[in-house]
Amino acid sequence: MSDIDVASSAGAEGTEHIDEAAVAALTAPVPETIGDGGPELVQLLTPEGERVDHPDYSAYVADLDADDLRGFYRDLVLVRRVDAEATALQRQGELGIWASLLGQEAAQVGSGRALRPQDYAFPTYREHGVAWCRGVNPLNLLGLFRGVNHGGWDPDEKNFHLYTIVIGAQTLHATGYAMGIQRDGAVGTGDADRDAAVVAYFGDGATSQGDVNEAFVYAAVNNAPVVFFCQNNQWAISEPNDRQTRIPLYQRARGFGFPGVRVDGNDVLAVYAVTKAAMDAARSGQGPMLIEAFTYRMGAHTTSDDPTKYRVSAEVEVWKHRDPIARLKAYLTAHAMADTEFFDAVDREADELAATVREGCLSMPDPEPLSMFDHIYVEKHPVVEAERAEFAAYHASFEGGH
Amino acid sequence: MSTLTIAKGINNGLRRSMERDDKVILMGEDIGKLGGVFRVTDGLQKDFGEDRVIDTPLAESGIIGTAVGLALRGYRPVCEMQFDGFVYPAFDQIVSQVAKMRARSLGAVKLPIVIRIPVGGGIGAVEHHSESNEAYFAHTAGLRVVACANPEDAYWMIQQAIETDDPVVFYEPKRRYWDKGEVDEDGAPRLGLYDARVAREGEHVTLATYGPMVRVALEAAQAAAEEGKSIEVVDLRSLSPLDMDTLAASVEKTGRLVVTHEASTFLGMGAEVAAEITQRCFYHLEAPVLRVGGYNLPYPPSKLEEDFLPDLDRVLDGVDRALAY
Repeated sequence: MSDIDVASSAGAEGTEHIDEAAVAALTAPVPETIGDGGPELVQLLTPEGERVDHPDYSAYVADLDADDLRGFYRDLVLVRRVDAEATALQRQGELGIWASLLGQEAAQVGSGRALRPQDYAFPTYREHGVAWCRGVNPLNLLGLFRGVNHGGWDPDEKNFHLYTIVIGAQTLHATGYAMGIQRDGAVGTGDADRDAAVVAYFGDGATSQGDVNEAFVYAAVNNAPVVFFCQNNQWAISEPNDRQTRIPLYQRARGFGFPGVRVDGNDVLAVYAVTKAAMDAARSGQGPMLIEAFTYRMGAHTTSDDPTKYRVSAEVEVWKHRDPIARLKAYLTAHAMADTEFFDAVDREADELAATVREGCLSMPDPEPLSMFDHIYVEKHPVVEAERAEFAAYHASFEGGH
Repeated sequence: MSTLTIAKGINNGLRRSMERDDKVILMGEDIGKLGGVFRVTDGLQKDFGEDRVIDTPLAESGIIGTAVGLALRGYRPVCEMQFDGFVYPAFDQIVSQVAKMRARSLGAVKLPIVIRIPVGGGIGAVEHHSESNEAYFAHTAGLRVVACANPEDAYWMIQQAIETDDPVVFYEPKRRYWDKGEVDEDGAPRLGLYDARVAREGEHVTLATYGPMVRVALEAAQAAAEEGKSIEVVDLRSLSPLDMDTLAASVEKTGRLVVTHEASTFLGMGAEVAAEITQRCFYHLEAPVLRVGGYNLPYPPSKLEEDFLPDLDRVLDGVDRALAY
């Protein structure tokens, strides 16, 4: 029951308990600070689904054909469906928590598709769409949230690092990895299969962290091949951008000595183009770049918070109009690149994928108790080994040794 | 045999490791041209280049965080924290990332990172330059923590730490950097990285310590011997894991144990040693395990550090109290 329900059911004598602030928040206009990204926003596809040209970035999508665009659409729909299924699983008690990407599909698919196999991605804990583009089984993402592991994949298999929960810590790992690429001579050789770069994902809140600023410094002075990809979804849990910064985030890059660009994060074409350009530059030895994908987190930060407590519904309505899937669908339809049959087929595939994820989640075994002693060290450590033996003996002492 | 200081022993050990494996790289503030504020990396950048001896920005979390990335790419970074008190800005990267990434990856990831920390007081420094913070890291699963105390260990232990595939916090006794000793540089290490060492044999009391306090303990044993008291000195060398077998064998022989270190006694290494030895050697003990350590205070201004740090007399007082039971 919300505050308003309480107030309205309190009757005449309870009217002094009306939470006027809550009522005002629900009916308030959209805060000006949200805006539309400003004149420097790179956009190739309007919210209405119309293609617009950009002097710097149109060239990066020129070679995309109808198949590629349908592929983008498919990715967007599938990752949204996986996300919705995971949210439902959390609500049904199958996951302890889930960090939804709803609204950020284009930022993730657009950037994820701009990577080459030899590039390396360092995510936060919300990059389910990037993981999808890297070929990580969505089911693997669920282990962390279900509590059976802290990350269920080998990062080197798909060059997609484990989720990192401490805000911004991974930006330094990404920068160090990029410094390693430099030392391996895999930058600026002109060999498209050899030259590599790193992309570090983080949110707008992370830009306040020391580690992110240190990563910017290290990347800049080393000219490291790393692209910092900030998904500015406007909210760091309950704290809006104006609690993090006084200037647009992409402008921060200038202070560190590398370029920054703000892209419409709900425009998969623009995100793809801008990321491709930045990764190309990094691979060729031109150093780091900051991309601010201007987007919006449509749901809660995680399933544990309630965004109706801290943001107005009119704001959400504005961003619904900018939906990344709807605009690509409009574009594909208007240009006869896809028909109902295609869209229906993608929806069916999404439902099948969701069913697979659900089934996989429900049948995910709990880890063996003794396994918690595994993988702490490479070499055996006497304390871990002694405690493993003690626990094993204790465990075995119960009838049936359960 | 060559005569080396501890600082030179580490320097030569780093050089050997870098020659042996071109994935070994050094990172830290002022470690290049200057050779580090204690000159431990003197001459290495000149010989191995700026890509392998990296003068980093002044950001400790950045040093460790980028070392994580380099290790993930197959490098073996050796990071210098300029002083013990400067490791705190990197604390999160060390305990939340370095220590946990292997477990987080279910064993897919190795992080062969060495974090060198000049540790302890006694050099008349301003605040934050004399801390003994080993308990924080020894308490964190996923890390190994070792402390060298003489030139031979400095030379061999740094190479062993670099060779191990686990992350190692490597403590260097900064007030002993200029202590000299004989090192057989072409031989082989006499002990494993995690072995304790009986530094002096004795019969009446075991005195366990590590790092900068080893010399104090040996001097105390010498002084006690002149009064007819026989002290066995055990240099623990490794703080995680602790070589309890070597220490327990000593305590079973002497029946008494005094643990001494510069760090505050409360929840310090001595507490762990005392608890473990009490469990293991209860029927051999003639006296409770006693601790002689720093007081539970912020490290004091340098004019008071001689009162704060356990010295020869305080250690001997501890020994006398143990013998009085």
